Amino acid sequence: MGELKLMKGNEALAEAAIRAGADAYFGYPITPQSEVIEYLMAEKPYERTGMVVLQAESEIAAINMIYGAAGSGKKVMTSSSSPGISLKQEGLSYIAGAELPCVYANVVRGGPGLGTIQPSQADYFQSTKGGGHGDYRQIVLAPASVQEMADFVKLGFELAFEYRMPVLILADGVIGQMMEKVELFDQMPRLTDDEIAEKYPWATTGKKKGTQRRIITSLALQAHEMEAHNMMLQKKYADVTEKEVRFEAISCEDAEYIIVAYGSSARIAQKTVELARKQGIKAGLFRLITLFPFPSKALQNLCKQGVKGFLAVEMSAGQMVEDVMLSVRGCAKVDHFGRFGGTIHTPEEVLNALKSKIIGG
Amino acid sequence: MTEEIIIAGFGGQGVLSMGKILAYSGIMQEQEVSWMPSYGPEMRGGTANVTVIISDERISSPILTIFDTAIILNQQSMDKFEKSVKPGGTLIYDPNGITHHPERKDIRIFQIEGAQLAAEMGNTKIFNMIVLGAYMNVKPIVKLENVIKGLKKSLPERYHKLIPLNEDAIRLGMKNVAEIAN
Repeated sequence: MGELKLMKGNEALAEAAIRAGADAYFGYPITPQSEVIEYLMAEKPYERTGMVVLQAESEIAAINMIYGAAGSGKKVMTSSSSPGISLKQEGLSYIAGAELPCVYANVVRGGPGLGTIQPSQADYFQSTKGGGHGDYRQIVLAPASVQEMADFVKLGFELAFEYRMPVLILADGVIGQMMEKVELFDQMPRLTDDEIAEKYPWATTGKKKGTQRRIITSLALQAHEMEAHNMMLQKKYADVTEKEVRFEAISCEDAEYIIVAYGSSARIAQKTVELARKQGIKAGLFRLITLFPFPSKALQNLCKQGVKGFLAVEMSAGQMVEDVMLSVRGCAKVDHFGRFGGTIHTPEEVLNALKSKIIGG
Repeated sequence: MTEEIIIAGFGGQGVLSMGKILAYSGIMQEQEVSWMPSYGPEMRGGTANVTVIISDERISSPILTIFDTAIILNQQSMDKFEKSVKPGGTLIYDPNGITHHPERKDIRIFQIEGAQLAAEMGNTKIFNMIVLGAYMNVKPIVKLENVIKGLKKSLPERYHKLIPLNEDAIRLGMKNVAEIAN
């Protein structure tokens, strides 16, 4: 067993970046995720592993540093919260277009606009439907515990490099600010420049005599070239959808009613399931771990198993519920419940909604 | 076993760190723990509260509305959380600064003169450890040895010389907590 620590979600994310062998973190502070850069600055990973930590002059600068460093095959990460993530969207679209790997975290707060600093899940559309321009996708991992905040950094880098695309760790203020027990994975080595040059034939590591130039760009002036590039991206996204779906089904085997949730809402809904079961209601929790790719087939299978209704619970006015509806395709009742704008629903409120909107409705 | 606790008081009373010590102690005795603070504007200068859960099983919601135990350290928190104790649950409070004492008949109520005892010890910083001691006597869930182990693990080494003082404060709190006839 690894080292056990009591850590905030944000701290676990930061420590995991060091341990995953990241080469650099570029960021800009914003509540409720400022602990990420605070932790990294205090921990001085440049002394531990040689990892660079840099506070950029803005979010836009940070994401473009990511773009550049990722292009050279380095393992790089950034993080922010909602308004800062909006600023990063242009860079993310370029990174997706140029097929570069990176991991970034959004510790979501209430919006729109500058919003509030309390937790929210209202960035689902932005995260899963492409927050920047163009036909691109990113893998979205939704941690529901401090442990997963750490584990998904490691997993995120693996996926980012396997598919050469951005991986988003979509957390929220609750997961970022809460402390839990976390078992940290062992320190992984950073790759040397030679190892990068050998391992990543796409990385711009400096042209040597007799080798081909490597060009990284998201630009193709000819429409047919851009279409071919897009088709190749779509093939990759289909491959990701086929292979990388992750979810957790809790008490779903005999469930008549299922709550679909992710992140901190899933934790709250798990308590709702406990309360419901005590009252004799056969409730279950379907926890999304990947938001893209979305576990549509698994939800369809639950429908076939005879589930009568699904309640999508999220701290938003109703975003993820649309993907549940698309997955279930009318074979069972689907409705939404959630507090939003920085307010968190309670397990009791979720239970009341399950009864009024799904069971009795 | 699952124990769901709210600790609430003023910022600066050591509410959050008391919660952290409790959570660390839970880890030391191989239990699952969660620590969820109130954060944001309410924390800046005003009240502070933290929900701590210690359990033998995987913890579901870190955010709760009703609690097994409420540890209440100012009047605003009393107004807010007296009603949030589960029937049959426990309320522990410091009467210092309390104008409206708890009135519920369906819970057990304990007093700890934490502020006064800390002043008598000549160190107001160990107030939260006295209150922690009171809690540990009323609800013997975390063992003293595990609290000390937790302190050793969570405090930087330069503070380890303060651990005996903290232990004394915990013992003082354990000794001086008193149940209010209800």
